[in-house]
Amino acid sequence: MDWQPLVLTFKLAVVTTAILFVVSIPIARWLSSTKSKIRPVLETLVSMPLVLPPTVLGFYMLVVFSPENAFGNWLNEWLGIKLIFSFGGLVVASVIYSLPFMVQPIQAGLSSLPSTLKEASYTMGKSKMTTLLKVLLPNIKPSLLTGIVLSFAHTVGEFGVVLMIGGNMPGKTKVASIAIYDEVEALNYVAANSYSLILFTITFFILLLVYLTNGGYFKRYSQ
Amino acid sequence: MISLNLKKTLKSAGGKIDLNLQLTIEKGQFVTLFGESGAGKTSTLRMLSGLLRPDSGTIKVGETIWFDSHKNIDLKPQQRKVGYVFQDYALFPNMSVRQNLEYALQKNQDRTIIGELLEFAELGELEQRKPETLSGGQKQRVALVRALVQRPEILILDEPLSALDLKMRIKLQEYLLQVHKKYNLTTILVSHDIGEIVKLSDRVYELQNGSVIKKGTTTDFFGLNKTSAKFRFSGEVLKIQREDVLYVISVLIGNDIIKVVADRTEANNFKIGDQVLVASKAFNPIIQKI
Repeated sequence: MDWQPLVLTFKLAVVTTAILFVVSIPIARWLSSTKSKIRPVLETLVSMPLVLPPTVLGFYMLVVFSPENAFGNWLNEWLGIKLIFSFGGLVVASVIYSLPFMVQPIQAGLSSLPSTLKEASYTMGKSKMTTLLKVLLPNIKPSLLTGIVLSFAHTVGEFGVVLMIGGNMPGKTKVASIAIYDEVEALNYVAANSYSLILFTITFFILLLVYLTNGGYFKRYSQ
Repeated sequence: MISLNLKKTLKSAGGKIDLNLQLTIEKGQFVTLFGESGAGKTSTLRMLSGLLRPDSGTIKVGETIWFDSHKNIDLKPQQRKVGYVFQDYALFPNMSVRQNLEYALQKNQDRTIIGELLEFAELGELEQRKPETLSGGQKQRVALVRALVQRPEILILDEPLSALDLKMRIKLQEYLLQVHKKYNLTTILVSHDIGEIVKLSDRVYELQNGSVIKKGTTTDFFGLNKTSAKFRFSGEVLKIQREDVLYVISVLIGNDIIKVVADRTEANNFKIGDQVLVASKAFNPIIQKI
């Protein structure tokens, strides 16, 4: 069996999750506290990937990032970044596609904290950054874990966006979900089954781990 | 001295109220804001500490202007450094008692104050415990001394004892008085408990619909100087009962219910739930050990 698609899948999931974690915290922090009028608009945009067919997202990214167009051309000429049919493009697409899975749990976690926690910290002279890092985030660890695992699992399960923007290039953009499709097309059911079984098992245990941790099972039995 | 001149439209559960407040608090005083829920007491405290922005007005503390809507001055809560004890304590659940206090330390501040405060509040044995494992009274003590770590000049107490039982309240009232004197604080308390107010504060301001409707020294405010009583207690009317020509009024004082005889005109002045003062001056009370 060719392990490359699986390695690529997990590499993509790790990179995507890491970027999402950093990007989503400020977004979630802002959404959880703002009274701005554009908040519903931003919330909608963040949640769009939940309901939109991945192909729609993939299609527009294909158009925007294509070197035929101004933005894609600018990226290519000035920064030497080519996002179509490349690993970089997959990462950008995955970050956008999995954004709600990271932002929403963190936002919900932050909103659930009493506002007096951050106010108490402010009255002690602590900056917003210190308050976020030392008080707010440590108290929403379950939400952070949920966000990380859901984004990771969702990226592993990605198909439509990857197919649209990444294509099917071995070692570059051929992730496991594409490989399965490929093998089925070629009537190679044994290989398709190996990939599928591995993905099934891994995602099952990842999610199980989250529910056990957030449900407090480990704490309960270690005491 | 603290001068507040605040205007703010507040949206509360009972509808909109226009807060319009002028207050002057002398340095070193223990002041109580008194009044019904939704009168604007907590909002006033939040505006003083910078957590809520007034629509217009000024806040001046000593010679420093903290807020002036005309000059566009608005110090952040971080710069005001007010010791604020929240009603829900706002202890950081991820930190132990000691870490909660240490978090409040300012840059390059001497750490010895932590030990001093822990000892003062008798929290030494609990210093490694997480807030969730503490009782209400213990949490309250942590919140109080945590607010003192940064050595504020102003201490704000937003109904700090309302969730505690009577015994614990009395003990914590002692702490509050000691803290106020020991650290030369100007303390502002929100409270509904008249006994507590009389015991702790120098001056009382009564708020209603966002304005001060009555103010004075605590003794004047509650009319305590009118009776030169030999003993007196404050309590709450529980029951007014007619017995032949007389009325018997049951009053809850602390955990005890006492009965006071009154005539019809007197009884008509009271209704159930009234806060009253029970005093006697003609008889010498009996005192014995229990």
